[in-house]
Amino acid sequence: MNWITNSVLPKIKAWVQSEDVPDNLWVKCKSCGQMIFHREFEEANNCCATCGHHAPLSPENRFRMTFDEGKHTLVELDSISEDPLKFRDTRRYSDRLRDTRAKTGLTDAIAVAYGTIGGKPAVIAAFDFRFMGGSMGRLVGNGIVAAAKEAVARNAALITVPSSGGARMQEGVLSLMQLPRTILAVDKVRDANLPHIVLLAHPTTGGVTASFAMLGDVQLAEPGAIIGFAGRRVIEETVREKLPDDFQTAEYLQEHGMVDSVVARSEQHAFIARVLGFLMEKKPAAKVA
Amino acid sequence: MRHFLDFEKPIANLEGKVEELRHMSSDGSINIADEIGKLQTRIERELKQTYEKLGPWEKVQVARHPERPRVSAIIKQLFDDFTPLAGDRNYAEDYAVIGGMARFRGQGVMVMGTEKGSTTEERIKRNFGMARPEGYRKATRLMELAGRFGLPVLSFVDTAGAYPGRGAEERGQAEAIATSIRACLRLPTPMVSAIIGEGGSGGAIALAAGNRVVMFEHAIYSVISPEGCASILWRSGEHAQEAAEALRITSDHMKTLGVIDAIVPEPLGGAHRDQTAAISSLGTVCFEQLHSMQSMDSAALIADRSDKYLAMGDKALA
Repeated sequence: MNWITNSVLPKIKAWVQSEDVPDNLWVKCKSCGQMIFHREFEEANNCCATCGHHAPLSPENRFRMTFDEGKHTLVELDSISEDPLKFRDTRRYSDRLRDTRAKTGLTDAIAVAYGTIGGKPAVIAAFDFRFMGGSMGRLVGNGIVAAAKEAVARNAALITVPSSGGARMQEGVLSLMQLPRTILAVDKVRDANLPHIVLLAHPTTGGVTASFAMLGDVQLAEPGAIIGFAGRRVIEETVREKLPDDFQTAEYLQEHGMVDSVVARSEQHAFIARVLGFLMEKKPAAKVA
Repeated sequence: MRHFLDFEKPIANLEGKVEELRHMSSDGSINIADEIGKLQTRIERELKQTYEKLGPWEKVQVARHPERPRVSAIIKQLFDDFTPLAGDRNYAEDYAVIGGMARFRGQGVMVMGTEKGSTTEERIKRNFGMARPEGYRKATRLMELAGRFGLPVLSFVDTAGAYPGRGAEERGQAEAIATSIRACLRLPTPMVSAIIGEGGSGGAIALAAGNRVVMFEHAIYSVISPEGCASILWRSGEHAQEAAEALRITSDHMKTLGVIDAIVPEPLGGAHRDQTAAISSLGTVCFEQLHSMQSMDSAALIADRSDKYLAMGDKALA
């Protein structure tokens, strides 16, 4: 902290807010509180230049960051009947879906695209945490199934990037059934002898971890990402024990043998390209339309 | 002493009266025997009326009933020559998961399940049926063994869920569950799974991704406990009753959604009132399901499971 952060930045912020200037010019780092100019933040793929914190990244930006030259083609996902349980909590699930779609412009919590990484054909299925906490319901399941099929059809690697609070409760047991369903999907890739890389983004918890997300040939994680099956609060209440501060972080998981490598966004393209180089050396690169 | 649930109070009162009369009837009065007969008819009527229209929240309580048939009782009654196997070969034996080879109506099988325990001591030993990674890794080991030697697998699930503990997380609870689900799916022999009490989330599906899934009439199957769901969506556990309704956790809904293949009827007043009869019905249904796969070879069995679970979510409630 210095006089800039203490006195100048608040003044700038006040000025920015008082004038009718879009308030998204500056982004405040959720970890260290540093104000970052939005363009700089976006160029760093939503990473803080000061503390290295990795903020959520949309699938679209992730595709641009990870595929060669950012070039990619989106895969259309099948739509299905909405709200299979006619679920209602304080609101109807169908209303919640409609509003979330209107607000985010997204269909559901996943997007799939193909392209190349280091010249090797690859399909990426990336979760979007903004859509109902990235929770996995049937449409997200469809995304993983479609991505796996696309990978097999294109003789491509599959890269899954979960970022999810867990199962979509509003789809009840059908969301639980996405665990075996997505495992079957990634196993088709495995059976085709194509690599499946999992890149765990913040946060990956609950049912999503207990499925395809822990079954990659290579398990990567983003720095500081929280990854775990049971929530920290639930565990603390159950075992009545203070958990370490870094419990369930990517780094903690690596220490406990659950993750091969913690890879910052700035390194991900090169890292994945290198891995695919080894694992796909004997596979001819398929044509990418 | 029988354990009565809150909504069973009227039945408890009637049974109390019968007990009292029985004490008095030592003098052999005919009037009293008559009275007992009438009361018992009323009890039956009351049980029928109550259990015919159990709501989801009542079913949650029935499914968690302390006298519900346990896996060990099922193994004892339905299987011969049970040969328990222990340990995950990595870290520990998890007493929340029981498993081993056994004979089911003469046929050699692998049987396994989550066991909550019946006495306080046993419940603690078995961690109330909440498995740690070792339990799921043991299940995986048993399924792989069954697959190699051509044994069909029967699994019985009764768990609130996987254990949420520090060690469980550190030793890879999520990976252990995912791997166990994969083992179910890749099994080259037939697999019949039964949800007998609580089918709690990942900890349940880890052992229940069989070719055929059956469920006791009053059992529940859910992605999250109604209490957990209520505390997240309603921001208060007090709404558990509404959550139980909204989550559609009962066997009839499971059947409509295509999650299960058959419902195992329970005796009047629930499986806890007559464990032997309940287990016997379970045995019949499991045998039918197993028998239905008799002509399928390994490839057909794996394809059958693949088709089944890839289609999960296609069906919706009307």
